[in-house]
Amino acid sequence: MADLTTDFLGIKSPNPFWLASAPPTDKEYNVRRAFDAGWGGVVWKTLGAEGPPVVNVNGPRYGAIWGADRRLLGLNNIELITDRPLEVNLEEMTRVKKDYPDRALIASIMVPCDEASWKAILPRVAETGCDGIELNFGCPHGMSERGMGAAVGQVPEYIQMVTEWCKMYYDRPVIVKLTPNITDIRKPAEAARAGGADAVSLINTINSITHVDLDLMAPEPTIDGKGSHGGYCGPAVKPIALSMVSEIARNPATHGLPISGIGGITTWRDAAEFMVMGCGNVQVCTAAMTYGFKVVQEMISGLSQWMDEKGYTSTDQFIGKAVPNVTDWQYLNLNYVTKAKIDQDACISCGRCYAACEDTSHQAIAMKEGRVFEVIDEECVACNLCVNVCPVEDCITMVEMDKGAVDPRTGVEVGDYANWTQHPNNPMAVKAAE
Amino acid sequence: MTPSPRTDGIAAGRLDEAHLDRNFSDLHPPYEPHEAHVAADRCYFCHDAPCMEACPTSIDIPLFIRQIATGTPEAAAKTIFEQNILGGMCARVCPTETLCEEVCVREVAEGKPVEIGRLQRYATDRMMARDVHPFTRAAPTGKRVAIVGAGPAGLACAHRLAMKGHDVVIHDAREKPGGLNEYGIASYKSTGGFAQAEVDWLLEIGGITIQTGSVLGRDVTLEGLKADHDAVFLGMGLAGVNALGLTGDDMAGSLDAVSFIADLRQADDLATLPVGRDVVVIGGGMTAVDAAVQSKLLGAQTVTIAYRRGQDRMAASVFEQELATAKGVHILTNVQPVALHGNGKLEAVEFEYTEDRDGRLAGTGETVRIPADQCFRAIGQTLEGAPEALEIAGGKIAVTGAGRTSVAGVWAGGDCALGGDDLTVTAVAEGRDAAEDIHAALMA
Ligand SMILES: Cc1cc2nc3c(=O)[nH]c(=O)nc-3n(C[C@H](O)[C@H](O)[C@H](O)COP(=O)(O)OP(=O)(O)OC[C@H]3O[C@@H](n4cnc5c(N)ncnc54)[C@H](O)[C@@H]3O)c2cc1C
Ligand SMILES: Cc1cc2nc3c(=O)[nH]c(=O)nc-3n(C[C@H](O)[C@H](O)[C@H](O)COP(=O)(O)O)c2cc1C
Ligand code: SF4
Ligand code: SF4
Ligand code: SF4
Repeated sequence: MADLTTDFLGIKSPNPFWLASAPPTDKEYNVRRAFDAGWGGVVWKTLGAEGPPVVNVNGPRYGAIWGADRRLLGLNNIELITDRPLEVNLEEMTRVKKDYPDRALIASIMVPCDEASWKAILPRVAETGCDGIELNFGCPHGMSERGMGAAVGQVPEYIQMVTEWCKMYYDRPVIVKLTPNITDIRKPAEAARAGGADAVSLINTINSITHVDLDLMAPEPTIDGKGSHGGYCGPAVKPIALSMVSEIARNPATHGLPISGIGGITTWRDAAEFMVMGCGNVQVCTAAMTYGFKVVQEMISGLSQWMDEKGYTSTDQFIGKAVPNVTDWQYLNLNYVTKAKIDQDACISCGRCYAACEDTSHQAIAMKEGRVFEVIDEECVACNLCVNVCPVEDCITMVEMDKGAVDPRTGVEVGDYANWTQHPNNPMAVKAAE
Repeated sequence: MTPSPRTDGIAAGRLDEAHLDRNFSDLHPPYEPHEAHVAADRCYFCHDAPCMEACPTSIDIPLFIRQIATGTPEAAAKTIFEQNILGGMCARVCPTETLCEEVCVREVAEGKPVEIGRLQRYATDRMMARDVHPFTRAAPTGKRVAIVGAGPAGLACAHRLAMKGHDVVIHDAREKPGGLNEYGIASYKSTGGFAQAEVDWLLEIGGITIQTGSVLGRDVTLEGLKADHDAVFLGMGLAGVNALGLTGDDMAGSLDAVSFIADLRQADDLATLPVGRDVVVIGGGMTAVDAAVQSKLLGAQTVTIAYRRGQDRMAASVFEQELATAKGVHILTNVQPVALHGNGKLEAVEFEYTEDRDGRLAGTGETVRIPADQCFRAIGQTLEGAPEALEIAGGKIAVTGAGRTSVAGVWAGGDCALGGDDLTVTAVAEGRDAAEDIHAALMA
C-alpha cells in the first residue's frame, strides 16, 4: 500500500484528508471520533473572540439540492462560527492534540478586523499546541454583515494586513482561507502571499439560495417566513473550486504557494484531482456531513490503490502534476481535430445524441432506418455534447484525426500545432515564423 | 372439517381469509412517491421514443414520465388521459412486457425497462384520487350516437364523442358496465373495485347515459338504433366461447374459463367460491393463465395448463407464463384433449401428445390421463349476436379505416372488430379513433 503521509508546511499527517472547519470539527467529541475513524487532520470549527459567543438561528440552517434518489448534490447553510465559548474550545483542543500527536490540528480563527483582537487571541491559540492556524476570510453570511469573514476576504488589502498581524504574533504556519465570492481569486491569494501567508486554503462556501418555497414565497431554509442567502458546498461546487485552485497554482505571482484544496471533495478521485491541480492536501466537510466519518476509509483505500497502480510511492510525486497543462484558451491547438464516433454495439438507440445535436448543435447526427444513429463527419465540429448527453458510458468517443488527413467538414488538412495567436482570423495574430 | 387444498372434489373456502386477501392483492403494488421519482429518473426522454410507438394508444410516455419526475403527476395523468381515457386500467392490465416496456431502450440495453406501467398507474391514481375530471365538453352539437357495449371500446368511444359535444347512449347486456374490465380481468390486476370507480370517473364528463341489461337483438335492434341516432358504434366484444367438441363437455366440473373468472370477479367473498382440488385448464392464452393462477390462489392443490403446441407458441407472454409457474401452476405442452372421464362428475382429462409435423399439429397416438375435479376451457371467445346486416370476416365484424363497417353510419371497434390484438388498450384505441371518425362524419 502506498504511503499517504503528507507534509504540509512542515505539518505531518498520516494522510492528506483533513476535515474542514465546520460542524464535524465543532468539539472534542467529534474530533476524537474523526481521528479514530482515520482522518489525517482537522481544522477546528472557527473560533471567535473572547466573550459571549455568537448565536445561531433556532430554525432550520440547511438547504439542499438532490438527485432523484435523494442523493445530496449540494448543501447550503446559514450557520455561523462556533457558538461555544472560546475557553471551552481551547481546552478541548489542548487535550485532543496531546492525545493525537500524529494528527494535524489547525485552529480556524475569525475575530474583528483590528490588530488588538488578533493580538489577543493568537497567544492563547498557540498555547493549545495546535499545529497552525487558518484565517477564516470566507464565511459569506452573518459574520460578513459584522465586517468579518467574506467581508475581509473580499478586500485584498485587509487580507494582507490581517495576515501580517498573524505572522507577527504567531510563530507557526498561517493558512489563509479564501472566499470564492469574488471575481478574480488570484487577487486575494496574492494579498495573502504578500502578507506572508504560508498557504492558502479554498474554497469556502458560495453565496446561494437553494430553493424558494412557492407557498411562503420565501427562500429556504425559511425562518419564520424569511430566508437569507447561505453558503453552498458539496459535490456541486467542486468544478468551481477546482478552477479557482488551478488559477492560483498557475498564476506566476502565487505559483508554488502551498494550497489546501476544499470544495465538494467526496471521493478519493476528487481528492486526487485537487492534489494534481496543486493542492498539498485536501479538506472535506459535506461528504462527512452526508455519510459520516467513515467515508475517509474509501478515500484512503482509493487513493492508495490509484497510487499503487500508477507507481507513485509518495504524494509529493503527483502533487501539482496537472498544473502545467492548464493554459489559456488562446494557446489551445486549433489543429487538433477530432470527430465523434458512435459505437454501434454499445448504442441503445435512445436518440438523445440526435435530439441534442439536431436541435442545439450542428445537425451532425443522422437518424437512419431502424433507429440507427451515425455521425456525419462533414458536419461534426467535435463539440462533445453528444458524448455528454449519451446515457451509455464510452458509447460515443472522440477520435483524433491523423496529421495530414483532410477534415471533411472544412476541407483542410490537419496540420501542426497552431493556436489563435497565430490564426489569420485574429487581427492581433503573431505571424508564425516561416 | 374445514376445507383445505387437500380436500377432495370441488370445495369452497380452501384457504382462510388472510391468505386469500394476500393472494388477491395487487400484483404490482402502487409506487410510493419516492419510488416513483426514482423510477421516473431512469427514463432517458428518448427522441421519437420507441415506447410511444409501441403503445397502441400512442401515449407520450417520455413526457408523462418527465412530468412525474418534476413533481407534477397530475399533469402526467392529463398527458396519459388525452390519448387513453382508460389509462388507469391499462396501467394495471396492459401486458407491458410485450408493448411499451418490451421496446424501452433500457430493456434492450440492460433487460430492465423503465417501469412504464407502474408509473402510469402512479400518475393516473393521483389524479383520480383527487376526483377531478380533466376534460370538459365542447358546445352541444345536437347529435346523438348509440353505442353497444360498455367495455373499453365502447367507453373510450363514448368519452371522446361526449367531449366533442355529442350525446351518447350506451346499451350493455350485463348488469354492470365495464365489459371485461369488470368481468374478465384477473382480480390481482384490478383490485378494490377499480373498474366501477373508473367508469364513474369517466362518466363525469357528462353527456353519456348507460342502459344496462339492454341486449342488442333482444331489447334493441341495429335498425332501431340507426333510426333514432346519427351514428352507431358496436363495441360488443366476444360474448361466445369455443367448445371442446368432446363427449362429456357438459359434465359437472367442466366449465368455460371466462364464466369462472366472471364469477370470481363478482364474488363478494372469495371464500364462498368453489374450486377443485385438481384443476386442468385447457388453452395457452391470457385467459388460460388467469384461470389457472386464480384457481391456485383460491387454494387448488394442483393446477395444470394443458396447451396443444410448444411453449414458444403460447399466446400468453413469457411474463404471464412465469407468473403462472411462480404461483405453482404446471404448464404441460404438446398435448390435446381427447376425452373427459368421470361418472356424471369429472374425474380426469385424457390428452394425446402432439408434435409438429411440417408446421402441422399431429397426434402421436400416445395418451396421458390427468386427474381433474375441474376443467376450464380457455380456447378462445367468439363473436355472438352481431347484427346480420354486417359483413363478417374471420369471425369478426369487418371494418375499414377507423372502424367503418359495411353498413353506412355504423362503426365497430374492440374485440368484436377485425384487426388489432384483443387487448384492453387496443380496444381503447379503436373506440377513440372511431369516435374521431364519427365526429368528422357528423360534422362534415
Ligand atoms: C379472462 C380475460 C383476461 C384478460 N386479461 C387481459 C389483460 O390482462 N390485459 C389486456 O389488455 N387484455 C386482457 N383481456 C382482453 C381484454 O379484456 C379485451 O380485449 C377487452 O376487454 C376488449 O374490450 P371490448 O370493449 O372490445 O369488449 P368487452 O370488454 O368484451 O366488452 C363488450 C361489452 O359488450 C357487451 N355486449 C356483448 N354483446 C352484447 C349485446 N348483444 N348487447 C348488448 N351488449 C353486449 C358485453 O356485456 C360487454 O360489456 C382479457 C380477456 C379475458 C377474457
Ligand atoms: C454548516 C457549515 C458550517 C461551516 N462553517 C465554517 C466555519 O465555521 N469556518 C470555515 O472556515 N468554514 C466553514 N464552512 C465551510 C467548510 O469548511 C468548507 O469550506 C465548505 O463547506 C466546502 O467544502 P465541502 O464542499 O467539502 O463541504 C462551513 C460549512 C458548512 C456546511
Ligand atoms: S460532437 Fe457536437 S457536433 Fe459532433 S456530433 Fe456530437 S453533438 Fe454534434
Ligand atoms: S445517445 Fe448514445 S445510446 Fe443514445 S442513440 Fe446516441 S449514441 Fe446511441
Ligand atoms: S424507451 Fe424507455 S427510456 Fe426511452 S422514453 Fe420510453 S420509457 Fe423512457
